[in-house]
Amino acid sequence: MIPELGQLALALALSLALAQGLLGLVGAARGDNVWMAATRPAARGQFVFVAIAFACLTSSFVANDFSVAYVVSNSNSALPLQYRIAGVWGGHEGSMLLWVLMLSVWTLGVTLFSRHLPQEMVARVLGVMGLVSVGFLLFILFTSNPFLRLFPAAPDGRDLNPLLQDPGMVMHPPMLYMGYVGFSIAFAFAVAALLSGRLDAAWARWSRPWTTAAWCFLTVGIALGSGWAYYELGWGGWWFWDPVENASFMPWLIGTGLIHSLAVTEKRGAFRSWTVLLAILAFALSLLGTFLVRSGVLTSVHAFATDPTRGIFILALLALVIGGSLLLYVWRAPKIGLGGGFEPLSRESFLLANNVIFAAAAGSVLLGTLYPLALDASGLGKISVGPPYFETVFVPLMAPALFLMGVGPLARWKQASLPDLVSRLRWALAAAVLAALALPFAMGRWGALVAMGLLLAAWVAASGFMQLYEKVRNAAGGVSAWTRLRSVPRATYGMLLAHFGVAVFVVGVTMVKGYESEKDVRMEPGDTVELGGYTFRFDGVRDVTGPNYVAGRARIAVSRSGSPVTTLYPEKRIYRVQNMPMTEAAIDTGFTRDLYVSLGDAVSDSAWVVRVHHKPFIDWIWGGCLLMALGGALAASDRRYRLAARRPQEQYAASPAR
Amino acid sequence: MKPRHKRIAMITGGLAALGAAAAFVLAAFQENLVFFFTPTQVEAKEAPQGRAFRIGGMVVPGSVKRQADGVTVQFVVTDTAKNVPVVYQGILPDLFREGKGVVTQGKLGGDGVFYASEVLAKHDENYMPPAAADAIKQAQSVNAQSINEKATHTLVGGGK
Repeated sequence: MIPELGQLALALALSLALAQGLLGLVGAARGDNVWMAATRPAARGQFVFVAIAFACLTSSFVANDFSVAYVVSNSNSALPLQYRIAGVWGGHEGSMLLWVLMLSVWTLGVTLFSRHLPQEMVARVLGVMGLVSVGFLLFILFTSNPFLRLFPAAPDGRDLNPLLQDPGMVMHPPMLYMGYVGFSIAFAFAVAALLSGRLDAAWARWSRPWTTAAWCFLTVGIALGSGWAYYELGWGGWWFWDPVENASFMPWLIGTGLIHSLAVTEKRGAFRSWTVLLAILAFALSLLGTFLVRSGVLTSVHAFATDPTRGIFILALLALVIGGSLLLYVWRAPKIGLGGGFEPLSRESFLLANNVIFAAAAGSVLLGTLYPLALDASGLGKISVGPPYFETVFVPLMAPALFLMGVGPLARWKQASLPDLVSRLRWALAAAVLAALALPFAMGRWGALVAMGLLLAAWVAASGFMQLYEKVRNAAGGVSAWTRLRSVPRATYGMLLAHFGVAVFVVGVTMVKGYESEKDVRMEPGDTVELGGYTFRFDGVRDVTGPNYVAGRARIAVSRSGSPVTTLYPEKRIYRVQNMPMTEAAIDTGFTRDLYVSLGDAVSDSAWVVRVHHKPFIDWIWGGCLLMALGGALAASDRRYRLAARRPQEQYAASPAR
Repeated sequence: MKPRHKRIAMITGGLAALGAAAAFVLAAFQENLVFFFTPTQVEAKEAPQGRAFRIGGMVVPGSVKRQADGVTVQFVVTDTAKNVPVVYQGILPDLFREGKGVVTQGKLGGDGVFYASEVLAKHDENYMPPAAADAIKQAQSVNAQSINEKATHTLVGGGK
């Protein structure tokens, strides 16, 4: 009964999404107020029905309803409750439903926080989002229905992929999809602007908080995925340049370009066409990411199901959305205009350079991800492009971006002066050079790449502090430093925090790359191995039993110059239902280093192969991502976006952009 | 400089930077491509010496041997027509099994042994890496048309 209810709810959501799309777009084109006014309730109703469908599927999982085919493939009666819930998005059908749920949540958000926007704009934005939703609901109902029944019902489920039975994996897909789908708002705003031909500072101010919020979710989602790969795959790596990872990284790169370009459009009215193009590309790459991971074209952890009809459907949807919006762009963009001019040395130029770098980076990832697929699909041979390519490309691309990050925020709009910038940044430069020279010696070994990484990280951090210091010093006299600090807008703090997060991230990457060490050793009980100043003693393996697995659990005592540090328990698990082996690494997390131990194969009755890693500062990588996301959240919540909201109509009318 | 000249200079500079970036990316791409070869192609000396590439196929049952140090492993990869001996140092992935599909990356030594730096076996019990499945399919279509057809089908079909 419940699955049928879910399916009915999906069908109703589809009809409401269709109504939302048509009423919004046609209503706005005809200037019909009644039609436009109907889009809000339609969007809210769509959210309610998608939520009901999602709740139905979840309840089937919780209740172990093994008459539902999708539950059978992704759950088991021995699976703990939290993983039964996570099982809802453990496979293809459920993750598509999650995608649509996220879309309807964002749409609901737009209906709630858009009172101040002109009705025509809201109707168009909701209309575009409604049509995107129609595409995905059709896709679910016709090619990947999660509510299909199984006759006769299965006695028990085939279990959730053991790799996904992990807290990080419970949160990773929702966060990632919130990010992907969030870019649909920026996309919808861009299409609405193209349709209406009006694109100005007010437009940028409306879409900015949404875009930044989506970017935050995507950042957290990617960081969670990377953290999951680090401790769950048992290899000790944090980024593999796997096509699945690249699929989420490309929209992030373009999204990062977009939030910076939106800043210029809002403050200076410049880069308009470029901003619109980035908004379209960010969502297009989000769709491409969904397609790559979900269609089965990639041969990777995520591509569980291979079904060509699905792939073709998503490809058609992709072609329609991207092709349609790009055509619209070519047709309408000339009307939008370019906006205000600026000198070669100005904040606009620095932000333009940022945009070019991020676009080039996204392009290089796209090349490395799609070229092997295209070659394979056309039967020209099999190749793979591994981490060496991406690393060769990314270091020289990102180094100038990091350098500009230190200069850009201090430069004046329209025209900056070089001597002025040099004198304001001389202390930051001195601090950075000092850090680059001194810190590697403190770590015991000086290397050019390590020094460069630390130079850039210290440069970004120090110039951030310079910006804050200038804000305090330059404010009107007679007020305390505290009052001055409080008068700095929240968006500025958000930017500073996010940039500081980048510095933290760069420190993490540099230190791990420069100073990590690992050893694979055969160990008998009592054997010890030395690594990074720590002594690891292998105390043997004993059998343990989990809820749905059996495991060999090793005991490894870690000490440093004689005094005990910690005891680690890495496991080799066999998940009973799928008879699938899994390496469960044991990690001792620290502020300046991780100790990471994973268990290989048993080579005799008592001896095992053990891999030990010493990873300096690796947690700074995810800490930095978290700071970036927090900074973004701070910026998105700036009251300017809400204050400006009170009187947008006259601003909108006062700044003609045709 | 007049504004028009300035704009032209900026555009030229921008295009030059973009061109340099593109040339650099393409060069890096060219240099780091890793090609895939089947054991038959390796046997026919089609694979490069001294450059990393990938081979794929099935791990020959009974061929996995561990050396005394415990971390050096030898095994044989086959596409059912030709075999390539492989040496690898380190921990094998969880799903590395005799009789299952495998893809491995490394360099071919002068002694005809493939020195692997990476062994990839994907995280699904029934999964055959498509590259490995293809290698086997190719070898068999050339080799034995009639007798092995059914065997191929079961072997490769298991990967779907």
